[in-house]
Amino acid sequence: MGKSSLSITEVRDMMLAAAQRIIEAEPILTDADRALGDGDHGVGMERGMNAVKEALGGKDFPSVGKVFVGVGTAMMSSMGGASGALFGTFFRSGGKALGDGESLDAAGLALFWKEGSDNLMSRGGAKPGDKTMVDAIVPAAEKAAESTGQSITDALAAVAVAAAAGRDASESMIATMGRAKTLGENSLGKPDAGAVSVAIIAAAMSEFASGL
Amino acid sequence: MKKLINNPLKCADELLEGLVEAYNGECRHVGTRSIVKNDIPEGKVALLIGGGSGHEPIYHGLVGRNLADGAACGDIFAAPPPNIVLEATEAVNRGKGVLYLYGNYAGDVLNFDLGAELADDDDIEVRTVLIWDDVCSAPPTQKHNRRGIAGLVPIVKLAGAASQKVATLAELEAVAKKAVLQTRSVGVSMAPGSIPATGKPTFNIDEDKIGLGMGIHGEPGVGEIPMATADDLTVMMLDLIFADYEKDDEVDALAPGDEILLVVNSLGATTMMELLIALRKAKAVLTERGIKTYDVLVGDFVTCQEMSGISFSITRLDDELKQYWDMPCQSVCYSKMEGRYGG
Repeated sequence: MGKSSLSITEVRDMMLAAAQRIIEAEPILTDADRALGDGDHGVGMERGMNAVKEALGGKDFPSVGKVFVGVGTAMMSSMGGASGALFGTFFRSGGKALGDGESLDAAGLALFWKEGSDNLMSRGGAKPGDKTMVDAIVPAAEKAAESTGQSITDALAAVAVAAAAGRDASESMIATMGRAKTLGENSLGKPDAGAVSVAIIAAAMSEFASGL
Repeated sequence: MKKLINNPLKCADELLEGLVEAYNGECRHVGTRSIVKNDIPEGKVALLIGGGSGHEPIYHGLVGRNLADGAACGDIFAAPPPNIVLEATEAVNRGKGVLYLYGNYAGDVLNFDLGAELADDDDIEVRTVLIWDDVCSAPPTQKHNRRGIAGLVPIVKLAGAASQKVATLAELEAVAKKAVLQTRSVGVSMAPGSIPATGKPTFNIDEDKIGLGMGIHGEPGVGEIPMATADDLTVMMLDLIFADYEKDDEVDALAPGDEILLVVNSLGATTMMELLIALRKAKAVLTERGIKTYDVLVGDFVTCQEMSGISFSITRLDDELKQYWDMPCQSVCYSKMEGRYGG
């Protein structure tokens, strides 16, 4: 049994760890996007996560939600492109839903993922099965909703597994939205680069929390 | 790849600094990464364009006299984020509203829409007209899903001229929509450009193949075909454009006597020699059909670094659009005198 909840500082450091993991994964993301998109996802995510490091590093936040809002604002205002608007919307709306809470437990995690996921889909228009980042986010949000009785450590671990499974499932989808929609059946066999990013972030969050 | 840059991650910012110098006082750098005209009169309906950098001289090179009032510039090949769109919107607004006119790409639509929401918070009225001239990116029944390519040059020119004459945002929106509806483009690519930050090519294509209808970032179009001569390729590309006007219920087929603007665009590496050889054949094909070229634009307008390829765009003019075309304009991307070249 892991910790029941994370403090504001722990959440901040968890997101800094996730940012670092994405920066290190830039070549993987670039290759994933070159296969199905225009090849700029890795560089865009690296730019966004460098902005996240600047916005979060050494800073104090009044609430857990504000940490996530800070992540979203940094990504939205630095990345541009569809990814910046969509990841920004996801983190900002998920963070806003947490209100003034000063710790993050499994119930808060479920709320964060649900609100982030719902707002992302209404902004971007993609549904599950369209082969986009939504295909990693929705299963992660569903798993978070099932994990509210668990420790935050276990909930984050379950979410990470679900996001990775969603990424893998996107390999066998035919793109109908987003970066690869014009490829049709030629998009089969490779994961969506946005879903790859979501899985990396979820894995880094879980690994950070389990190391506390 | 030998590339004349400094920090690969600073290309978009540094090229904008250079662009402001190229404007030599007519435009200034605003906010995070926008370029805005200096002398926008009070009460003018504003025209804002924008999109990813790396395609110079568009989009930000089309800010200027009787053209766009400002451009929100993204990073290389990436849409400008909402805060940049907002900064540009605030800088061009003169109380009569702002028309957003840009190429139909998912990232641009998301970010400009977010920018418009922020502008609405400031009580700035915004309307949006999307440019979707690339006929190979969706069939006529789904033309609103198409990408925007080099047809944006005549479209922005016409809307920029109209923005000087109209009294309301709705009137400008109507002119821009008409220009979009009457514009069609087809592109081909022979070799990819590179992403400055990684040095990697934007796509892969066999040495003996060309991508017919491929987008400016390497997005797929009709498909790969064997390399062809300039004449054969020109006929093939123009036939796709003619067929599209014919199949689209919202516009008439191009008919004898119609007057058009013809744009022959290089995607970066294709030389003026090659453009002129293609233009020579295009003119012959149009003349054979009885279609009059009111004006011809030939050169590098919409590029993707050292991408090799060419696109043709046709805009059909009516009396209203012709009046806006006849107005002079000046910018880094495109300048013309009063009337038509040779007219």
